[in-house]
Amino acid sequence: MNTTWRITNGRIIDPANHIDQIADLLVIDGRIAGPDQPVPADVPEIDAKGCWVVPGLIDMHVHLREPGEEYKEDILSGARAAASGGFTGVACMPNTKPVNDCATVTAMILGRAAEAAVRVYPVGAISQGSEGHQLAEFGEMQAAGIVAVTDDGRPVRDSQLMRRALEYASGFGLTVISHSEEAALSTGVMNEGPVSTRLGLKGIPTAAESIMVYREIALAEFTGAKVHIAHVSTAMAVDLIRAAKARGVRVTAETAPHYFTLTDEAVLGYDTNTKMNPPLRSAVDREAIKAALADGTLDAIATDHAPHSILEKEVEFDAAANGIIGLETALPLALALVRDQVIGEVRLVELMTVNPAAILGIPAGTLSPGAAADVTLIDPQRQWRYAADQVVSKSRNTPFLDWKLQGRAVLTMVGGTIRHSLFA
Amino acid sequence: MATGTTFAHRHILGMEQLSREDITHILNTADSFKEISDRSIKKVPTLRGHTIINLFFEPSTRTRLSFEVAAKRMSADTFNISASTSSTTKGETLADTGRNISAMHPDIIIIRHSCSGAPLLLTRHVQAAVINAGDGAHEHPSQGLLDLMTVKERRGTLSGLKIAIIGDIAHSRVAHSDIVGFTRMGSEVYVYGPATLIPKGIEQLGAKVCTSLEEAVRGADVVMTLRIQRERQNDPLLPSLREYSRRFGISRSVLTLAKPDALVMHPGPVNRGVELNPDVADGPQSVILDQVTNGVAVRMALLYLVMGNS
Repeated sequence: MNTTWRITNGRIIDPANHIDQIADLLVIDGRIAGPDQPVPADVPEIDAKGCWVVPGLIDMHVHLREPGEEYKEDILSGARAAASGGFTGVACMPNTKPVNDCATVTAMILGRAAEAAVRVYPVGAISQGSEGHQLAEFGEMQAAGIVAVTDDGRPVRDSQLMRRALEYASGFGLTVISHSEEAALSTGVMNEGPVSTRLGLKGIPTAAESIMVYREIALAEFTGAKVHIAHVSTAMAVDLIRAAKARGVRVTAETAPHYFTLTDEAVLGYDTNTKMNPPLRSAVDREAIKAALADGTLDAIATDHAPHSILEKEVEFDAAANGIIGLETALPLALALVRDQVIGEVRLVELMTVNPAAILGIPAGTLSPGAAADVTLIDPQRQWRYAADQVVSKSRNTPFLDWKLQGRAVLTMVGGTIRHSLFA
Repeated sequence: MATGTTFAHRHILGMEQLSREDITHILNTADSFKEISDRSIKKVPTLRGHTIINLFFEPSTRTRLSFEVAAKRMSADTFNISASTSSTTKGETLADTGRNISAMHPDIIIIRHSCSGAPLLLTRHVQAAVINAGDGAHEHPSQGLLDLMTVKERRGTLSGLKIAIIGDIAHSRVAHSDIVGFTRMGSEVYVYGPATLIPKGIEQLGAKVCTSLEEAVRGADVVMTLRIQRERQNDPLLPSLREYSRRFGISRSVLTLAKPDALVMHPGPVNRGVELNPDVADGPQSVILDQVTNGVAVRMALLYLVMGNS
């Protein structure tokens, strides 16, 4: 398959190299070519006029459901959804069945991922079975290919276990990703506030998140280890992270597009595709999330892509599973932040490429000469509708179905191979 | 029998959907049906040939009986399904249960469910009109309407009254429907209870949150108490029922703060000696049994109106 291309006339945005200019990008044999490398004869051309040419997007937080729940998604289908959304790499959470808590499961995932449309970076469990008791074998899993550890979906209750996880992981240079939620306060099904009262649904207070975020910050500060806070949803968590960063704590954080796009008002009508954990919050929280994306408090946008079938979603709100798919809508929703002048173009690209790559310590997220040619072409003007029959993921659990969106990945290239293209 | 005003609702899911005009129309209709229950032959042919299914996923004595009595007095054929006898114990979803029931062509499905929003979910899978007989902590519209009817009967109006609702506001679908209903009809609703049982943002439904029992009850036209449960899902809401009854229960002396002819109400079943002292529950100001009587009339009206619209 051809892996040599000349991408012409695009606006190259490469935050790691401080590049934002209209130029051609040359890809030779699957790698980004340097400025003085000669252009080979008869190189096929991709006309990127009107498009942004950016490092392939990295989603540091997805659930691919394989092994165990392949009826919702599998590694190959999830990777196809990723490619169509402009992502060239995804980090998959370990809450599969079985849990990715040992090198065998990690190797199995990577074996399947060899056929996938995009790069798959497995994240291992913090505790065996994610049960919150014994540390999983970080070293063995790292040797097999994990890039971080987390008990995402089952927050670590035991503070001693979290302390030890941070310390032990630091010895391997692994980032610990925290799903920060105080379990005793998190027995509800949506954000606690006027909307939950109106709907008669049990609430989850914002304090459930901020209490645990503060615990992780305190432990990271004390141990000197680094911690990454997943899917930040509240104004108070943002404040805690901002203050911690200011005093030098090694904390990074991500949010998901639904937290800067929707509020808990979206739950009115009991649409189970508005149920996720953490839940959609108030308008105050949403504005704080946006401000934090702009001022650097939040480092990354990640989807928390969480496929579920109608078996889990066409049920009572209380009984519905948490989570929505997000790989195919993340980019247009994030582009709305640029149109609304919350953030600039370069910052957006940073949030979705070099920053998540740096947090995970993976060689991706830049267009540096010699780097693998993971490249995404974005048409920021393209209007489209996210229709049910166009969903690439196996699941359709999203509140953004039938939304009119603006901006789309029109081409996704992984190692010089085109994995998604809307070019005729 | 009923007025000629049109009724625009196919389903009755909550008080929130009902306008002031809707509520007035329902209460007028209920009023006209009430005398049927006083006849020696308590039956009219209005809903003859109509099939009504009571789909109850939560235990209920009075609400289910009240709907069944209402349906039978209108000559409808009624069938009861309770969770213990339904397919739900075999893992069937509400959507599937609804589609299966729908295939038998019922006209009205009355649903009670522990999950808020379940009646709305049901409407998406059935052809029949759906009436919410209580969903989670969300709404219990027929109870709210019978409360309105009872107060209107005694007071002659629903505007300008002070309604005090005391107790577990957080878990009470009755409180929700009452707050919305009384407020919409022009009364003021004051709520009071242990702070653990006052939900966030209840003011946005129109309630005024009081800081003392006295503040809530003083000068009230209606003192409504709600059934209290000490613990829910291991949530330590209250130290003891003893303290509750002493600090939040309605006694004769507390009741003297209200208007002399204030009405004492309770959606039932009453925990005697907890939220209401027995002498208050059974006292001259209690209209608890009027509520039950009016419940039948209100439910007859709802059955009639949702059918008239289909």
